[in-house]
Amino acid sequence: MILRAAVVALVAFMTLPTVVVIAVSFNPTAILSFPPAGFSLRWYENVLTYPQFQRAAVNSVVVTGGAVALALPVGTLAALALERGRLRGRSLWAAVLLSPLVVPGVAAGLGFLILAAALGLLRSRSVLIAAHVALVLPFVVRSVWVSVRNLDPALERAAASLGATPWRTFRRVTLPLLRPGLFAGLLFAVVVSLNEFVVSLFISNRVTEILPVAMFTYVVNYTDPTIAALSSLFILATFLVVWLADRYLDLGRVFLQH
Amino acid sequence: MELRGCTRDYGAVRAVDRLDLSVHEGEFLALLGPSGCGKTTTLNLIAGFVPPTAGRILIDGADVTDRPAHLRGLGVVFQSYALFPHLSVRENVAFGLRERRLPAADIERRVGEALELVRLDRAGRQRPAELSGGMQQRVALARALVYRPRVLLLDEPLAALDKKLREEMRDELRAIQRSVAITTLFVTHDQAEALGLSDRIAVMNKGRIEQLGAPREIYEHPATRFVADFIGASTVLRGRAVAADRVATAGVVLRVTGGRALTPGQDIDLAIRPERVRVASGPGDNVLDARVESLVYQGAQTEVTARLDDGQRVLVFVTEPAPVRLAVGQAVRLHLPFDAFMVLAGPL
Repeated sequence: MILRAAVVALVAFMTLPTVVVIAVSFNPTAILSFPPAGFSLRWYENVLTYPQFQRAAVNSVVVTGGAVALALPVGTLAALALERGRLRGRSLWAAVLLSPLVVPGVAAGLGFLILAAALGLLRSRSVLIAAHVALVLPFVVRSVWVSVRNLDPALERAAASLGATPWRTFRRVTLPLLRPGLFAGLLFAVVVSLNEFVVSLFISNRVTEILPVAMFTYVVNYTDPTIAALSSLFILATFLVVWLADRYLDLGRVFLQH
Repeated sequence: MELRGCTRDYGAVRAVDRLDLSVHEGEFLALLGPSGCGKTTTLNLIAGFVPPTAGRILIDGADVTDRPAHLRGLGVVFQSYALFPHLSVRENVAFGLRERRLPAADIERRVGEALELVRLDRAGRQRPAELSGGMQQRVALARALVYRPRVLLLDEPLAALDKKLREEMRDELRAIQRSVAITTLFVTHDQAEALGLSDRIAVMNKGRIEQLGAPREIYEHPATRFVADFIGASTVLRGRAVAADRVATAGVVLRVTGGRALTPGQDIDLAIRPERVRVASGPGDNVLDARVESLVYQGAQTEVTARLDDGQRVLVFVTEPAPVRLAVGQAVRLHLPFDAFMVLAGPL
């Protein structure tokens, strides 16, 4: 009885902010107040027609797509090297690769800003992509690494004994067996990159900024529920990604295996 | 297939030590030894999974020492089977054929034949995880044989099966090996498997081959104390030669024939198989007094450990039903036939 009450309280506590945001997004009046005074879709219309959000959405897709496309192969190779390679100071390499998890976003953002300025790249989305690669890499390396560890080395020997070249062995045996880790890494990377704010704030301008930054800029200037509507859409999108992954990629199994 | 002076070090550990071994065409040779004796490393050297620290490896007369594993064209069955979990049974078996870029129709036909050979033609669509251990083992065998390699390497292929299945698979393995007449190297720690399957056995210890010979030869004439201990049960008595065919031990002089003439004064290790020792009804030649120390009843026979007057122990298998009921502490007379002794060379 007490346990059940505790669980209900916990769930309420965790979902309350989300519920409030979604509720406020349907508020017909131009103030961020709770509970909402009625029902209206005007803020959703505003989100979809506001040019800066459209531009930021495109930026988000480009930056996340580019960062994930780079981080996935790089992270996979890094995980293979960490587990299999003849590395000196393996734990040091691992620590460096996973370090973005513990470096404060403000510090990382400042670093990227100074670097980008020195390289004259401040007006380009490429610096955002580079920063996002660094930020999502730990997640990719982590999840692929677990899959590499679970891989029976006898399988690769078996493939070699059957006549497969190292490359063919990688294609036909190693890569398919790393799929759970790759999918988990991909999912983490997409979610982390789409929601990244602090570092991106330092290195973007009005032209290159991604959605979370655009939302922040909007909130600084206006206080109408447009931002709640956009947040709701964001929540929905993230939820859809995770739900689809769970449904088609059997995420439960991936994580239980870990 | 031949190894010439092959050595493999892992750090400071010498797993295989200047090993010479040649396996004849069509032969079934067992590499037998305790774990850590270097037998699996030897197999890995031949398969090309690890390079030798020194020495050469020849297959069909050609030096393959520097040839990578995927170009050696051998069939390998792994202890864990190493079936590809993401592929069906058919795809597993077809793997080697696809790597050889055979036409699809040929692959189809030969996979069918291979699965028939191991009596699995109806399990083709299943995933390895859905099969029993014995079936997985047969898939592994089909996968290694389907592209008709010249040499088959088996790494403890029966170790993961339970006893009953292991015996069945042992017979089947031998039948299949005979029917395709393939040169086979079989790594095992199980002496019964090695004795029952092989044309020849190489007994390995500490990275070296202690003895190489036919199963009967290995069992009846072990060359060293290690081989006598490792293959079958045996008792070793320490004594001293007093004549060319006489050895003094445990306060008596035994007549010993078999093998070479002894040099009087020499320290001798005499091994004897427990099934050759008899319980004697009265005194006589080569009869020793002993006392029963322990009894293990096993149905078909009883294992008797008897203690001689000087403290040395003799293991005796008494076939049941025993002519005399034995009890712990009872005095017995043991007859050690003069032609049953194995005179051992080599250090302890």
